[in-house]
Amino acid sequence: MQILLNGEPVATDARDLDELCAKLGFAEAKVATAVNGSFVAAAKRGLTPLAPEDEVEIVSPRQGG
Amino acid sequence: MLTLYGERFASRLLLGTAQYPSPAILRQAVEASSAEIVTVSLRREAARARAGQGFWELIEQLGVRVLPNTAGCRTAKEAVATAEMARELFGTPWIKLEVIANDDTLQPEVFGLVEAAAILIGQGFQVLPYTTEDLSVAERLVGAGCTVLMPWAAPIGSARGLINREGLKTLRAYFPDTTLIVDAGIGAPSQAAEAMELGYDAVLLNTAIAKAGDPVKMAAAFARAVEAGRLGFEAGLIEPRDMASPSTPVAGTPFSRSIASLDRS
Repeated sequence: MQILLNGEPVATDARDLDELCAKLGFAEAKVATAVNGSFVAAAKRGLTPLAPEDEVEIVSPRQGG
Repeated sequence: MLTLYGERFASRLLLGTAQYPSPAILRQAVEASSAEIVTVSLRREAARARAGQGFWELIEQLGVRVLPNTAGCRTAKEAVATAEMARELFGTPWIKLEVIANDDTLQPEVFGLVEAAAILIGQGFQVLPYTTEDLSVAERLVGAGCTVLMPWAAPIGSARGLINREGLKTLRAYFPDTTLIVDAGIGAPSQAAEAMELGYDAVLLNTAIAKAGDPVKMAAAFARAVEAGRLGFEAGLIEPRDMASPSTPVAGTPFSRSIASLDRS
């Protein structure tokens, strides 16, 4: 299926957010996630199924003002 | 001491971590500034990339507290989701809440700001809102539960200083018990000192140090300016007056004549 990952269309067969993070190499990474504009806590990623057209954000710490 | 949601800090300068020439200069600038709190953000991470990890390790080495921001958010919904992600990533209930109205001025979008502040405080966040000097907005934010307000001095990165000095002065007078931090628009140490002389509790800045010719030296300059301004405020500034008032005693001035002697001549 096609999802929107960080604003870009991406094809994935991940069933849930946890699986998607693992496939992208973020299993142990310091990242936070949101699906369709709402925050998803790390502990809830495995309980968050993905559907076609879902908009997923994966972010990490960065410099800020 | 600076008080933020019940916690006390010796330094009254909060520093942004963006735009430095190198990580090493960022580290040296933070040390030279004596800042105990630095602002950070979060951004999209590319697959298999570790940009965030590297930056986070640098921040951990600094041994300072982090204040995550919601920079770039345009709506209350975006700001709330970003704050929630920041709380999990950085492990702090603090959030520098930014909801931005437009790209030209990066002016706070105050309606979304008040809405997001109320939601986040309801979720247990300690909100430090980036706002304007508008009193009615400030009242809404304080009413929502903010005990810290961060009015701008001028648009972010503009280096124009306190463009509405009287407005900032009024805000200070109106909220004597709220922690007030001037955030954004400061370009020179003298401008930071001016904010502190008005009785502001702290100054938050980034560009003026990061983009200076020598960021480390500028960080030291701002540290002293903030301290000088605060000492000046605590000491009690004299009121300006229209006409001169001699500082040297007038009595006993050589060659002077009393009015009585002038009458006799």
